[in-house]
Amino acid sequence: MSGSGLILAGVDGDRTWGLQDYVARGGYSALRKIISEKIPPETIIAELKASSLRGRGGAGFPTGLKWSFMPRSFPGAKYLACNSDEGEPGTFKDRDILRYNPHTVIEGMTIAAYAMGCERGYNYIHGEIFDVYERFEAALAEARAAGLLGQSILGSDFSFELFAHHGYGAYICGEETALLESIEGKKGQPRFKPPFPASYGLYGKPTTINNTETFASVPFIINMGGEAFLNLGKPNNGGTKLFSVSGHVNRPGNYEIAMGTPFAELLEMAGGMRGGRKLKAVIPGGSSAPVLPGNVMMDCTMDYDSISKAGSMLGSGAVIVMDETTCMVKALERLSYFYFEESCGQCTPCREGTGWLYRVVHRIENGLGRKEDLDLLNSVTGNIMGRTICALGDAASMPVQSFIKHFGSEFEYHIENKKCLVPPEVQYEGSQIYVRP
Amino acid sequence: MLSQESLQQIDREIAKYPPDQKQSAVMSALRIAQVEKGWLPKEVIEFVADYLGMPAIAAYEVASFYNMYDLEPVGRHKITVCTNLPCALSGGVHAADYLKEKLGIDFNETTPDGKFTLKEGECMGACGDAPVLLVNNHHMCSWMTKEKIDQILAELEDK
Ligand SMILES: Cc1cc2nc3c(=O)[nH]c(=O)nc-3n(C[C@H](O)[C@H](O)[C@H](O)COP(=O)(O)O)c2cc1C
Ligand code: SF4
Ligand code: FES
Repeated sequence: MSGSGLILAGVDGDRTWGLQDYVARGGYSALRKIISEKIPPETIIAELKASSLRGRGGAGFPTGLKWSFMPRSFPGAKYLACNSDEGEPGTFKDRDILRYNPHTVIEGMTIAAYAMGCERGYNYIHGEIFDVYERFEAALAEARAAGLLGQSILGSDFSFELFAHHGYGAYICGEETALLESIEGKKGQPRFKPPFPASYGLYGKPTTINNTETFASVPFIINMGGEAFLNLGKPNNGGTKLFSVSGHVNRPGNYEIAMGTPFAELLEMAGGMRGGRKLKAVIPGGSSAPVLPGNVMMDCTMDYDSISKAGSMLGSGAVIVMDETTCMVKALERLSYFYFEESCGQCTPCREGTGWLYRVVHRIENGLGRKEDLDLLNSVTGNIMGRTICALGDAASMPVQSFIKHFGSEFEYHIENKKCLVPPEVQYEGSQIYVRP
Repeated sequence: MLSQESLQQIDREIAKYPPDQKQSAVMSALRIAQVEKGWLPKEVIEFVADYLGMPAIAAYEVASFYNMYDLEPVGRHKITVCTNLPCALSGGVHAADYLKEKLGIDFNETTPDGKFTLKEGECMGACGDAPVLLVNNHHMCSWMTKEKIDQILAELEDK
């Protein structure tokens, strides 16, 4: 974790998560300003649009635009949901935001509720991080006791109730409609869209879902103004963003940097390549994003447009770094197993296709691959993509297609020679338990 | 069926949702029940369903959909190791192998004395801390070297 940027600025590990420290860092001033100056909701949404904040959960959808989809004069309850179900392999930023700066999420959600007229919200927290769930509950209690959350916030006629909902181990609940089903106490199976959550969401009511980091950015945008936030980054890619750097680097961790920062600088911040080894490949946006060869990545800057131009996605900002000791077939095998394991099983192309992908990659890795297997893999992905209810089908297919596209010769070597191009002892050494210096 | 303390915890969860949406508390209620009972026998799931006024089959569907519920008995301590790719690059698989060797069991097995069950986990959203383990679903352990694994096993041995 680095203490620079906006969301992590002045944050010092476990010591400064509380309300008092948050207020000392300028916390809740955005909410106070909105309430005391009675800023109209449209002004807040316009500020969000000007900031060019894009959703930090993976899809990068413009947040201001999303908020404007909520029906203004809907008569009944409207809901807000925060997506802290961080389960995309490589992503671990929301956990740090929630445990080190939980009040920025609470403040951001409260401002969002004000702007969209939501009376109630839930923060859906990933099952494996129970301590973070408890921390968030403690932060909620602090905010309620201080009159910053609940009935008549800061003495105004604006009320917003916010609660934490604990997941219990299902990657698919990160998909926004599966998340809503899960809050309703059901299996987390994605819904058909349309209708979209803004018209039919939680308990059938208009609902907006944003990622943890998206909400956490909101107070800063209100404080500094949308344009100033945009200018921290680059056009169409506003602000700062947390990048979770994992894999073969010397200092894995979260780094909050301005959008548009060169990848080479991020790599440097993360301590450079472990053991001085050579960069082979990077998955720049979480396991669902296409892999890029190291040299292509070295020419990219860390923002939506640059990464997308290079043929991948910024996604959740999870940067998985692989060095020359990595066997790309084995790497893909593990990812394919993950999607097979986590498919909710509702759509045949995804349920059957992910199993098929895993079995074929598995047999190539184990020296039983056939010449026609690469074509087979490409054809299976072609039959999954665009034919499923949710994007997990695409998420399972994109790694397969990109690994074959960029590292096809390694797959062919496996099939012909029935073994890895990278010798097993080299792989073993390269993936040793990493002891932090 | 469940202790007063568990029921109080469940009531606190129910209070988070609109009065006509008690079913929303089913995930937490099952978690709380599992902490008390060690795993989720059918009767316990039925009791939770009843308590929340939902059909037993719906609660059972939830219990079987989410990975962290145990529908079969597990050892006194369940250890889940993440072996997904980001962790594997920094020793996730080595840590899992070491645990298998120390405990003398494979994934999804329990030691003969009933103390430990080992599970393979998916990404826990903590990849920067690799290798990571989750103990009894509630306690995450970061940067697991062999020495730290020894230490954790020794601590759990006495609990
Ligand atoms: C399979 C799958 C998993 C997802 N997991 C997450 C997740 O863990 N966290 C998240 O914020 N968004 C996740 N998303 C994206 C959400 O559906 C949704 O787009 C996002 O929460 C919207 O918030 P944003 O606009 O602020 O990014 C996932 C999507 C899919 C298809
Ligand atoms: S694409 Fe896969 S995960 Fe998504 S709804 Fe269909 S079966 Fe479920
Ligand atoms: S891959 Fe192990 S915690 Fe993310």
